[in-house]
Amino acid sequence: MITRRNLLVTTGAVMLAGCDRWSDSPALLSAEDAHRFLQRSVNGRAALAREYHTDQMSPVFRTNGTNRPNTPEYAAVTANRFADWRLPVTGLVRRPLTLSLAQLQSLPQRAQVTRHDCVEGWSAIGKWQGPRLETVLQLAGIRNDARYVVFHCADRFGADSYYESIDLIDAFHPQTILAWAMNDRYLDVGHGAPLRLRVERQLGYKQAKYIMGVEVVASLAGIGGGKGGYWEDSNGYEWYAGI
Amino acid sequence: MRADSPAAPVRVYRHRLFTRLWHWVNAVAVIVLIGSGLMIFNAHPRLYWGHYGANFDPAWLELPRWPGWVTLPSRYSLAGARHWHLAFALVLAFGLLAYMVWGLVNRHIQRDLRIRRRDLTPALLCTDLKAHWALRFHDPHDPRAYNGFQKLSYVGVVFVLMPLLVLSGLALAPGMWPWLSDLFGGRQSARSVHFIAMGAMTLFVVVHLTLVILAGPVNELRSMVTGWWRTPEEDHS
Repeated sequence: MITRRNLLVTTGAVMLAGCDRWSDSPALLSAEDAHRFLQRSVNGRAALAREYHTDQMSPVFRTNGTNRPNTPEYAAVTANRFADWRLPVTGLVRRPLTLSLAQLQSLPQRAQVTRHDCVEGWSAIGKWQGPRLETVLQLAGIRNDARYVVFHCADRFGADSYYESIDLIDAFHPQTILAWAMNDRYLDVGHGAPLRLRVERQLGYKQAKYIMGVEVVASLAGIGGGKGGYWEDSNGYEWYAGI
Repeated sequence: MRADSPAAPVRVYRHRLFTRLWHWVNAVAVIVLIGSGLMIFNAHPRLYWGHYGANFDPAWLELPRWPGWVTLPSRYSLAGARHWHLAFALVLAFGLLAYMVWGLVNRHIQRDLRIRRRDLTPALLCTDLKAHWALRFHDPHDPRAYNGFQKLSYVGVVFVLMPLLVLSGLALAPGMWPWLSDLFGGRQSARSVHFIAMGAMTLFVVVHLTLVILAGPVNELRSMVTGWWRTPEEDHS
């Protein structure tokens, strides 16, 4: 028998299920491009993210994502404190590079005390240091058809490796650095040793940890699931994470 | 009989097309934004004051997760909730901007929503309160006009609460102007303000719907669909 209550409950459930299904509809997804366009229109491409004083830092900076990649490859590079770790810079570059940690440290450095904003809602403030990504890309000499920079990472989620990507506007931003130090110490394993990306005008999942390779590409189509990052592929997070 | 009285027209044109459209767009947007916002909140159901705040920092509010029947989507999906929230945030923000500009240009805001000093005198507020208590929400001599409490709450929602929701939401975006989150005392303060403002908006919606029901839901709904509002029977003497 159809009671009014049953009808209401059923209608509600159908509506909820319908709404759940629309969560990935193209109309909703187009908002990402609108926000990117609006933010970059009002804020300027090179506008800096807020920097803080060292006395404003979080007492405890919690980790995000993986805490320790459980792969033999990662265990191998941690064994001798990353002395044999090398960063390949490949793809659409005129001079492919293979950089050691010492070489990255000998490049001009930038240190910044910035706020890390997780997509979940929490924030933590810490100090990061490393060469600017722009310096590394200029050493490698990117080609004219380059559009994105991809960061291949050591952490794995099942069969998939973590990776992230940014466009050249963020790659050449003055605060975009390859950080090897955090809070005046070597990056610890929980925070992405030996090297992580800091792209300060975007959310936490863009700050790729455990970087094992930098690749310059013209399109994100052939990489991973094609959406530009692990969380973008697996869960549908926005590739542009400025909001 | 009814139409004879010149003081009490039977039907008044109360809401213009733009106001009605904006009202219904907002009705959908506010429901979507509250539902998806509560789902986003579920990802980290703690609130802080200041620039930073995470699991090891003291929270001023920690709530259990909101149940599926109030969240959008109903099953846990931070990514899905963000799709809804970021899309309808644009609808709400640009709708508000359009309403403000158009309302000032066609003088709807100045004519119908302007709060005069006498609206705020204790005597008039007291009269208004008594009238509300007697379920009498309009002036029989000027049935088209909003009452004092109506004006105060509409102006409060349109010019204080909604801009606060939009700006505190934008202040959470790492890609936005850094001074915006500073304006709220930090990103985590902005997140707290955003949540409190959502609570105030929910309260407004509940009171608004209650008053619609008390004032006569059919007549009120019709006026917000067709624009035409019928004055209550007791005025037609």
